[in-house]
Amino acid sequence: MPTQKGKTPSKTPNKQSGPDRFIPSRSSQDIDLSHFAIMKEKGENEENDPDWSPSKAPYQNQLNTVLNKGDNPQDTKILSFNNKCPAATGHSNRMKVLYSYSKTTVPKSAARNIPQQPDRILDAPDLLDDYYLNLLDWSTSNILAVALGTAIYLWNATTCTIAQLLNMQSENDYITGLSWTPEGGILAVGTNAGAVQLWDTEAEKLLRVMTGHAARVGALSWNSHIVSSGSRSGAIHHHDVRVPDHHVGSLIEHTQEVCGLTWSPDGRHLASGGNDNVVNVWDTTLALEGVSPVQTFTHHLAAVKALAWCPWNPVILASGGGTADRHIRLWNISNGSCVNAIDTNSQVCSILWSTELKEMISGHGYSQNQLTIWKYPQMNRIAELTGHEARVLSLTMSPCGTTVASAAADETIRLWKCFAKDKEKVKKTAQTKSVKETFSLPSRIR
Amino acid sequence: MAATATSNAITLKGSTEIVAEFFLYGINSILYQRGIYPPESFTRVQKYGLTLLVTSDDKLKDYLNPVIAQIKEWLYNMTVKKLVVVIKDVDTNEVLERWQFDVEGDKEALKDGKPRQKSEKDINNEISAVIRQITASVTFLPLLEGACAFDLLVYTDKDLDVPAKWGEDGPQFIANSEEVRLRSFTTSIHKVDAMVAFKK
Repeated sequence: MPTQKGKTPSKTPNKQSGPDRFIPSRSSQDIDLSHFAIMKEKGENEENDPDWSPSKAPYQNQLNTVLNKGDNPQDTKILSFNNKCPAATGHSNRMKVLYSYSKTTVPKSAARNIPQQPDRILDAPDLLDDYYLNLLDWSTSNILAVALGTAIYLWNATTCTIAQLLNMQSENDYITGLSWTPEGGILAVGTNAGAVQLWDTEAEKLLRVMTGHAARVGALSWNSHIVSSGSRSGAIHHHDVRVPDHHVGSLIEHTQEVCGLTWSPDGRHLASGGNDNVVNVWDTTLALEGVSPVQTFTHHLAAVKALAWCPWNPVILASGGGTADRHIRLWNISNGSCVNAIDTNSQVCSILWSTELKEMISGHGYSQNQLTIWKYPQMNRIAELTGHEARVLSLTMSPCGTTVASAAADETIRLWKCFAKDKEKVKKTAQTKSVKETFSLPSRIR
Repeated sequence: MAATATSNAITLKGSTEIVAEFFLYGINSILYQRGIYPPESFTRVQKYGLTLLVTSDDKLKDYLNPVIAQIKEWLYNMTVKKLVVVIKDVDTNEVLERWQFDVEGDKEALKDGKPRQKSEKDINNEISAVIRQITASVTFLPLLEGACAFDLLVYTDKDLDVPAKWGEDGPQFIANSEEVRLRSFTTSIHKVDAMVAFKK
């Protein structure tokens, strides 16, 4: 509290030196110093002293202190090591890839023609541009669910019709994650309040609300009757949806938001990725809780949201890192080795496997916002699908396996027919169809 | 986690070890992330529950190790106030980035020499948060064009004896800078704040 030393009494002598509407924060000001400086000036004018030299030294001192941000250089010595650091000869900064816009050259694949234009573009207004959320999923009954803010819309891919499933009551309780059951029909919804809701989409009815998380639920994954939910608190809960006491297990290992969560196709392992840059693999054949992860991978240098199990090899897991990492890593979870690591030069948001031709597709952010198709296991780029005007946030695949839907921060969902099944016939029909669709007005979800 | 003796008592010597180790890994992370040295010259080590990259270049290691040893001595006597990593352009000698780590030592610990209570796990968590922030800084720091070199500055007490290999220098501030304050960690004996200043 500054003491009032001045001759002029202040109007409000008991006023605390706190924030007011003109200066919201006084923490960056040194009230005592400023007060002393003002008083000093006042004193000189009153005494009318033309000789400045006696007062010049303290003035210089104060000037020094203010300029050096509070460290009085009279008190400190600044030392630097005499030997200078060894120079890095002939090395150009690799970080340039993060900032440059050059298109990577993709070798022409003679085998098949992947259409460079999306088959369809759907409008997705109010889609939240949050990397850590999972707001897109395609059911085995061919319905694409997307969460736009507080509402969920279902797009029927066979009839191309749209229906709104739900709209949350409070604006603060927005949707943070969604996942269809493997059979289709029932949708698990994660909310900002930390609840997991189960909806019967055919009857458009809320079946149950499962609470228990302390923070928002951004990641969900099904394993027959169990749905696992990952939260911003770092905890993963298992819910058995058949019983009243649904919370059947907890995995507390992540120290930051769990953004990637996926069960293996055989239901034996659960892979989780978090904002703490860690990928954990859990084996739940013996117990659902009280277990430590069988594998922990800390190689990624950024948040891991993209996780995908190889459909034909139960021990291979693919993971992708965020902006500071930009790598796709392939792991063998039985021996914990990193089989392959590829630098993609861009934030990885999602990875999907394609069984048809043994390929992988990944969604990226700055600067190209592209979807890259890779040939497994060599991991060379087959195609790059550009078009999105902002970073891709989520990828999901159709039940037939031919189409990939990508949701991006440019508030669109693009459907790419990139994994054609019957090569000759489907190629011809796909080409003519895609030309027609792109010139038609983008159909709106609402 | 390995079943090592989890002692919760931190002594002055233990605290200086922790802080000096943090500086070593922190400097290595900065050199890797900012692209000052080629990424191939770095190897991975497991530390603080993260995969960190440290240099495998002998010349660089010979440069850093005596510096860290000296800093450890100063930490023990609590005569060091700040450690600054200055990144300069090799050709123009202009300061492009300035990483500043403020060290605040609790003088009480220096006097009575009693160990303090703080769990190693907590300290490691705090340190890993700072290192992750350094890694994530690539999202807001501008690209460093051209070849760069780094310099280490240490702010010490005025009456300290300057050792043989060290000389006095200026603060090397950046003229028109933007500052970002990062997280801090404390061992209950030493508190370390971190911030980065870069040219706008």
